[in-house]
Amino acid sequence: MSNTVIKVENLGKQYRLGDIGTGTISHDLNRWWARVRGKEDPFLKLGEVNDRTQKGISDFVWALKDVSFDVNQGDVLGIIGKNGAGKSTLLKILSRTTSPTTGSYKVKGRIASLLEVGTGFHPELSGRENIFLNGAILGMTKSEIKSKFDEIVDFSGVERYIDTPVKRYSSGMYVRLAFGVAAHLESEILIVDEVLAVGDQEFQDKCIGKMKNVSSSGRTVIFVSHNMAAVKSLCTKGILMSKGSIQYQGSMQETVQEYIKGMHQHSKFEINLKEYRTYKSSIIEFSKVELENLTEGSNKIYFNKNIKINFVIDCFEKIDNALLDCKINTIDGVELIHAMNQYSGELHSMDIGSYSLNLELQNNLQPGTYNLTFGIHRADGRTLEYVENCLPIEILSIASDDSTGHKYDFKLGYVRANSDWRLQKI
Amino acid sequence: MSNNEEWDLIVKPKSSWFEFNFKEIWRYRDLLFMFVKRDIVSTYKQTILGPLWFFIQPILTALTFTIIFGNIANLSTDDKPKFLFYLAGTTCWNYFADCLNSTSGTFINNAGIFGKVYFPRLISPLSVVISSVLKFLIQFLLFVAVFIVMYFNDANLQPNKLMLLIPFLVLLMGIMGLGLGIIVSSFTTKYRDLRFLISFGIQLFMYITPVILPLSQFKGIMKKVVMANPMTPIIETFKAAFLGVPNDYSVNGLFYTTAFTVVVFCLAILIFNKVEKSFMDTV
Repeated sequence: MSNTVIKVENLGKQYRLGDIGTGTISHDLNRWWARVRGKEDPFLKLGEVNDRTQKGISDFVWALKDVSFDVNQGDVLGIIGKNGAGKSTLLKILSRTTSPTTGSYKVKGRIASLLEVGTGFHPELSGRENIFLNGAILGMTKSEIKSKFDEIVDFSGVERYIDTPVKRYSSGMYVRLAFGVAAHLESEILIVDEVLAVGDQEFQDKCIGKMKNVSSSGRTVIFVSHNMAAVKSLCTKGILMSKGSIQYQGSMQETVQEYIKGMHQHSKFEINLKEYRTYKSSIIEFSKVELENLTEGSNKIYFNKNIKINFVIDCFEKIDNALLDCKINTIDGVELIHAMNQYSGELHSMDIGSYSLNLELQNNLQPGTYNLTFGIHRADGRTLEYVENCLPIEILSIASDDSTGHKYDFKLGYVRANSDWRLQKI
Repeated sequence: MSNNEEWDLIVKPKSSWFEFNFKEIWRYRDLLFMFVKRDIVSTYKQTILGPLWFFIQPILTALTFTIIFGNIANLSTDDKPKFLFYLAGTTCWNYFADCLNSTSGTFINNAGIFGKVYFPRLISPLSVVISSVLKFLIQFLLFVAVFIVMYFNDANLQPNKLMLLIPFLVLLMGIMGLGLGIIVSSFTTKYRDLRFLISFGIQLFMYITPVILPLSQFKGIMKKVVMANPMTPIIETFKAAFLGVPNDYSVNGLFYTTAFTVVVFCLAILIFNKVEKSFMDTV
C-alpha cells in the first residue's frame, strides 16, 4: 500500500538497570574496545526479556524487542498493555526523545507528540507568552500560532487571565491552556500518551472529543491508554504489547479482547492480614484471605462478575454459632454494603482446627475501587477477629464477556439496584 | 512496498558522526526566537529595576576590582584608567563565562522538555548563546558610553583600528563558549562530576586570563600558561582596541584562538550528535 505513513521495522531498545554512573566508564571503554576490534557490543548480548517481577541475571534489559508494524494514513492506532510492557518506550522512540538500540522506522509527514500537557511552560511568563512558547516547542511556527491564538484562548476559557503569569493560574486553568495549545496542533501524525486523560470529567470529554475530531479529519493518531472504554471508542486499530514485544495486532475490538483474555492467566491475590487486624483474640483468626477470579495477580474484578473470596480460618477454641461478616467500603470510607451469615439465617460453629471458608458476593458495584473488611464475632456480638479494609478490589469498567460491559466512561452511584422496568403501550 | 518511496524521516540507531542539520534548525527558528525571548524576559520578571540589572552587575564588578585590585592591592593596569581597564575585562569575561556556564547545563536543565518533545536539541544551547550575545551588547554599550566619557577627560586612551575586530571577537567568544559548554553538558549527562568542576573552574580560569592583571605583569612560566589560554588574545585585543596597543602586542595570538575555537566547536558538534540521540536514558 502506498499510504503507509509510519513503518516500524524490528525496533529494539535496551536499558541498563541500576545506578547509572557507576561503572559506566569501564563499560564505555569495553564497548569502544570491542568496536575497535570489529566485534559485537559485549553488552547487547546480555539483554533478556523484560519482566519486572522477576530478578534478572544481567544488568541490561530489553524494554522493546523486535517490534514491527505499519500505520496507514487516517488510522487511529491504540496501543495497550500492562505497565512495563513497553508502550511508553515505543512512544518515546516514535516521538524521537530517545533513539532505538536496534531497528529503524520511517515516517511520512510531520509528527507531533503529546506525552505531557504544558511541556516547557515557564511559570514567570504570561499565558499569552506561554501559548507562543509552548506552540513553538510542539513544532508550530509563529504565524501558525498567531492564526490560532484566538481559538486557543477561546477553547481554554482563560481570556481574563491571558496576561497574568501562569504561576498564578489554578491548576485547572493551567491544564486547560496547555491542552488548548496542544489541541490546535496541525501535524499529519499525532502521538498521544494517556497523561492527557488526567483532569476532570469535562476536560476528559473535551480531550476525547477533540481527538475524535482530529482522526475524522483524516490525520493519523497513535494513542496509548489504560482506559479500555476510551481506546475502544476512539481507535480503529490496536496493538497489544507484552514484555517489550507485540503480542497481538488487529482491530481495536479484538485487541482489547485479547488483552482481557491475557489477564485471566494468574488468578489469585493474597494479602498480609497482620497489618489490617484491628481486633484479635486467642480464640480464632483468619490465617489466609484470597481473592479469586481476578486478573493478572492483582485485585481487579470484571464488571458484574461475582466476587469470590476464599478464607482459611484457624480455630483454637470451640466456638458455637459464630457470626461471620463482610463489609464493603468506598475508598473514602463510606460503608456501602454489609454481608453476614446471619442475614440468610445460618450461623457457623467450629471446633479446634483449621477450616476453609468460601464466600461469594453478588457484584452490583459500579466501576471503581472498594475496600473489604472481614470479621468473626460471637453470637452475642463480641468481636473475636476483625481485619479492616484488608482487601482492596477494583471493579473494572468492562465485563468479562464484553457484551454487558459498562459502556460509558461515567458512573453514577456505587451500587446498581436490581430493577425491573415494564413498558406498555396504552 | 517500493524502496524508492519518499520518507520524510528515517530514524536508525546510529547515524553518521558529523551531521549538522541546518535545515531543521532553520525550520525551528521560531522556537529559537521564543527561547531567547523567554531567557531575556523571565530573568528580570518581578524585579523593580528590571533590565537595569544588566548595567548594575558589570559596573559593580568593575568598581569592586578597581577598589580591591587597583587601589588596595595597587596592581598595575599599564597606566590605563583603572575602572575602564577592569570594565573591559569583566564585560568580555562575563560574556564568555555566561555562554560557557549556561550551555554546560543544556542537557540536565532541559531534561524535562527534552524527554517529552522532539526539536533539534542544538536549539537550546544556541538560544542561550544568543541571549548572552544580547546581554553582552547591552553591556558593551555601557562600556562604550563610559569609554567616550573618559576619552574626552583622559589623554591616555588610544582607540585604533583593532576595533574593527570586535564583531569577530564576539563571535569567537560565543562559539568557544558554546563549544566548551556543549562538551561539558554532553559529559554531565553521564558523569555529574563535571558540573561541580565547571562552576568554580570558570572562576579559577579567570585568573589565568588577563582580566585583572595585564599580560605585561605575568612573568616566566605563568606567562606561558596565560599565553596558552585561548581567551588571552581575545581580551588583549579587546583592550588594545580601546585603550591603546601595548608594545608587546601581537595579533598572531588570535590565529591560535581561532584554530582552537574551530577544533573545539567541531569536536562539540560531534559529541553532541552522539549524545543527543539517547541522553534521556542516562541523564
